[in-house]
Amino acid sequence: MSKTHVKMTINGDEVEALAEPRTLLIHFLREELGLTGPHIGCDTSHCGACTIDLDGKSVKSCTIFVGQAQNAEITTIEGIAHPDGTLHALQEAFRQHHGLQCGFCTPGMITRAYRLLQENPNPTEEEIRYGISGNLCRCTGYQNIVKAIQVAAEELSVKEAAQ
Amino acid sequence: MIPGSFDYHRPSTIDEAIGLLASHVGDALILAGGHSLIPMMKLRMATPEHLIDIQDIYDLSAISIGADQIDIGATVTQAQLIHSEELADCCPILRETSLQIADPQIRNLGTIGGNVANGDPGNDMPAIMQLLDADYVLQGPDGTRTVKARAYYEAAYFTARSENEILTSIRFAKPPAGHGSSYHKQKRKIGDYATAAAAVMLEVSNGSCTSASIAMTNLADTPLWAEAAANALIGSALDADAIAAAVAAARAITNPASDGRGPAEYRTHLAGIMVKRAIETAHARAG
Repeated sequence: MSKTHVKMTINGDEVEALAEPRTLLIHFLREELGLTGPHIGCDTSHCGACTIDLDGKSVKSCTIFVGQAQNAEITTIEGIAHPDGTLHALQEAFRQHHGLQCGFCTPGMITRAYRLLQENPNPTEEEIRYGISGNLCRCTGYQNIVKAIQVAAEELSVKEAAQ
Repeated sequence: MIPGSFDYHRPSTIDEAIGLLASHVGDALILAGGHSLIPMMKLRMATPEHLIDIQDIYDLSAISIGADQIDIGATVTQAQLIHSEELADCCPILRETSLQIADPQIRNLGTIGGNVANGDPGNDMPAIMQLLDADYVLQGPDGTRTVKARAYYEAAYFTARSENEILTSIRFAKPPAGHGSSYHKQKRKIGDYATAAAAVMLEVSNGSCTSASIAMTNLADTPLWAEAAANALIGSALDADAIAAAVAAARAITNPASDGRGPAEYRTHLAGIMVKRAIETAHARAG
């Protein structure tokens, strides 16, 4: 079985590599590129810990072969903070409002919320809950996760209005 | 979980994909969104030697709404079905159903073609295609043929599609303006397959039901078209007696498995409740 040549943009950097076609995108990110932010939780496309942003859509990278992401633009949790290292409003809100307990689901939660707030900048609480329904928190800390996303949404729309 | 090894192909035309399938018959599988196939491959329940990724075939990715007919390409995702305002205007049950499939991330990749083609009795769209009396367009080395959705499903994972054919699109008559429809799905949690689900589409004129169609998900090893149940509604005022007759007729054709979603008796009972609620919602939406 021959290796495939893959090329994609990840967090703004062009990446090229040879990979076995059966390589799952999550393994490529974590093992080939050392991007260990996206986590492997259930490995069955239920938990959302492996969520990344692919061509402007939230997807679960445990259920995508690396070849399917050929030429894609990918953002992982490592690419969410501002280039100067300051935290994104979502990261700051998760920190301020205890949006994490053990932290295992957090990269997936924030990466999903990052896209959700672009799809719907002013979501209701119910829209947030449905919007993150593909992300599970085994600490069941949803209350503060939802609160953090609400605060970040407000923060971002204030910034938007100021510009 | 690591899938077995395979060669990856990414054709850009249907002919190229059919050629690849023909040269590896029995060893090749079609990959669209991958959200049914990749989990099966991780469990080594599917071990294709060749995967043919059809995401680049532009012709398969469109929703076309004509005066009388709707044509949906195989690689249209559930997210696309949800976001099409035009489709939601003329056939709202597709958005309503898509929103009950899996979760946002999965709906961004999962396709309607994959949902209907593989014959998984847990999938929701096959029942909707029973409801709409859709045609599936299958293309292979000998050309194109259509198979009625109502004749496509033979048993769990066994369908009328040959190994050398690709399901390229789904066609159905545009539902009449003023119809009412609804899909009610009982599930254990978001993202789960149905414990029981029912789809209803009907028309009402002067208080009387003039046409009806009913279908059910995950209550047998194929999707169920409940013809007798629908006939119990036609000509009625959709009153309690007519609904009870439809519910009884629908329950009579169920044959669910007893599994983690509950014992068979429970699921049959629930099927009736889903049918009743779907009739009532569709009725409220008609007109």
